[in-house]
Amino acid sequence: MDAATMTRPDLKALITDVADAIVSHADELTTLDQAIGDGDHGLNMKRGFEAVKADSAAFAEKPLPEALKAIGTKLVMTVGGASGPLFGTLFMTLGKEIAAQPGRADFTVALAKAIDAVAARGKSQPGQKTMLDVLYPVQAAVAAGKSPLEIADLADAAAEATKPLKAIRGRASFLGDRSIGHMDAGARSTALIVRAIAETLEADA
Amino acid sequence: MKNVGIVIVSHSSKVAEGTADMVRQMVGEEVPLAWCGGNADGGLGTQVGAIMEAIDRAWSEAGVAILVDLGGAETNSEMAVEMIGEPRSQKIVICNAPIVEGAVMAATEASGGASLKDVVATAHELAPA
Repeated sequence: MDAATMTRPDLKALITDVADAIVSHADELTTLDQAIGDGDHGLNMKRGFEAVKADSAAFAEKPLPEALKAIGTKLVMTVGGASGPLFGTLFMTLGKEIAAQPGRADFTVALAKAIDAVAARGKSQPGQKTMLDVLYPVQAAVAAGKSPLEIADLADAAAEATKPLKAIRGRASFLGDRSIGHMDAGARSTALIVRAIAETLEADA
Repeated sequence: MKNVGIVIVSHSSKVAEGTADMVRQMVGEEVPLAWCGGNADGGLGTQVGAIMEAIDRAWSEAGVAILVDLGGAETNSEMAVEMIGEPRSQKIVICNAPIVEGAVMAATEASGGASLKDVVATAHELAPA
């Protein structure tokens, strides 16, 4: 994710790889969500990212900010559940804040704003067993100049680290202490997205 | 329609429709009313697009009060209001109230020509302390 690769990533490949990562893990996401949520996360995310993939050529033709906004809107309209607005807000805000040809510094700032928007949308903060527990460490790693694959490993570890946390937000919060010991499905989805982006950028570099 | 409109958003289309039936029977036809529920595959869930359409159907220049059930219904309703955008979004409020009781009480208040602020306040009185 250095400046050179951020200026001209193969957008269609990025979109397709991210969508494939979610779709191919839909069953795992559902299993995670069944443990402590309502079990719809995998199917909802699969529906949304299949819709994004179907339009990937059209998204890739747009300037990066417009493409991100359109992807976010598509997720909002197709995912459903609370995940639609949360993942949708991430991409929509990133699109709104990012420069047309961002360097790492621009990307770092835009990502921070996008993550704050997700926190506001979910009325949540880090430490509450959510996607934020992956997003904030990822943003810090981007800011610190880590390589894409280092960031992907860190995202996986951050998702894993949601296991001992107690859910405060979302359906899992109804379970209280019983949410402890399971990985948060939204955190896992986020790590999958980060890894797909990182590996595509690494292949491009 | 000059009365405030009511929108019911549930994860279940049956809950949403049933709540709307109760509002119609108890309050009558004087209030614009719309409901939505269920995901794109016919299962339980809520959808931003469906909520935006329901707001359109129940639209009133006096405003619209939305009653929701669990978590995602609220998050999706907030997203729908944001996507509708200003100036209409300023006249839409998501109520913190139990969905059935809130819908009936809000609609009762609305049917008498109350302002959006008063309709929402009536629903909020039902919220758990």
